[in-house]
Amino acid sequence: MEYRITEPFTKDKIKDLKAGDTVLLTGTIYTARDAAHKRIVDMIHNGQKPPFDIENSVIYYAGPSPAKPGNPIGSAGPTTSYRMDAYAPELLELGQLIMIGKGQRNDQVKKAVIDNKAAYFIAIGGAAALIAQCIKSAEVIAFEDLGAEAVRKLYVEDMPVIVALDPEGGDVYVR
Amino acid sequence: MREIDVKLVQEAVKSMCIEANHFLGDDVKARIHQCMCEETSELAKEILGKLEENMKIAEEGVFPLCQDTGMACIFMEIGQDVHFTGGLLADAVNAGVRDAYVDGYLRKSVVGDPLERKNTGDNTPADLYTEIVEGDKVKITVAPKGFGSENMSQVKMFPPSAGRQGVEDFIVKVCSDAGANPCPPVVVGVGIGGNFSRAAVNAKKALLKPFDEPNSDPYYDEMEKVLLDRINDLGIGPQGTGGKTTALKVNIIAAPTHIAGLPVAVNINCHVSRHKERIL
Repeated sequence: MEYRITEPFTKDKIKDLKAGDTVLLTGTIYTARDAAHKRIVDMIHNGQKPPFDIENSVIYYAGPSPAKPGNPIGSAGPTTSYRMDAYAPELLELGQLIMIGKGQRNDQVKKAVIDNKAAYFIAIGGAAALIAQCIKSAEVIAFEDLGAEAVRKLYVEDMPVIVALDPEGGDVYVR
Repeated sequence: MREIDVKLVQEAVKSMCIEANHFLGDDVKARIHQCMCEETSELAKEILGKLEENMKIAEEGVFPLCQDTGMACIFMEIGQDVHFTGGLLADAVNAGVRDAYVDGYLRKSVVGDPLERKNTGDNTPADLYTEIVEGDKVKITVAPKGFGSENMSQVKMFPPSAGRQGVEDFIVKVCSDAGANPCPPVVVGVGIGGNFSRAAVNAKKALLKPFDEPNSDPYYDEMEKVLLDRINDLGIGPQGTGGKTTALKVNIIAAPTHIAGLPVAVNINCHVSRHKERIL
């Protein structure tokens, strides 16, 4: 099935998705890779407020290339998700709704997706110039010292993704 | 003796890094198109189609093919009658990489220390390989290498008794274990023989070989075809969502080895199989 999902992102909007469905996503999402995840989780453990509200958030595992003058961002495809497996279950418990990356996840992440009725989407790895066309604005909101790995707030329009793990436990990689 | 100013090397490295990150070779493009035509899964076809769209956007020169613009792997075949002037060769190569990644808006993906992990800020140092050959020319190959696929690569030291079957099974297993992670369809570079380090370097060099030329050794040409079929039979498909196209090409480089050993290295590359060549 093909879906269009627009913000505000809620559990209700993703509940009927099945692994293998394609989705065009529109709204505000946040980039974070391993280094940013580690800091976000450390902040939460230390009682600090994370750089964005985790509840119903969409986190895109991506470290874009630099923006050329006149563009909001450079190329911005997904990075490999397993490096975030150590952090994802805790964020899903705190209400994160959607993860976007590429590649398989471990059993703890799969369980956390089902337990929290969340979802894991994949974007096409290496289609980074194409994905960049969907990103209408980008702003570094935390950890600027991490360069490409800083947390960015993005506004995306019709970003093409595939449902890899659905809220009921369906897995696109299981054949 | 021919003198070559290292400034020429710096300029060549700069332009090749930028070019490699925006333009794929015709052999890679043709192969992806062929795979798209042959795929039966709708999703696989759609994904390969999107890769073609991505190439067209990148060719406009504004957005690189992939945000991971790689660690700059640079191979130089240096004629022994060449004398470099104007500075150190390695400094010139690194200056070329710095110019490309800073001026060309490419992502800086290199950390100076593997445990401390502070970004060097300009994608240096380059991963430089030099080889002395005959003549008075210099061949430079620039191959920016992403790490989604690099992380899925493996080296294994087999006993000679493992034979071709053991080697083949290992190569297929590396691709199977990699699954969706290295952005399939992948290119599989294989180094067989040599020693621990030679096998790995040969696997990396194998990724540079053109898709449309057979292996000069008919034995390994046949083995490449068998391996490609076995890997594509895994059904991993584009991006791991199923299909016939798991690998675009398998390239093997074999080398003499020790009586006690059979080293095998498998270097995985993603479909963004970038490399540019220039002769000075």
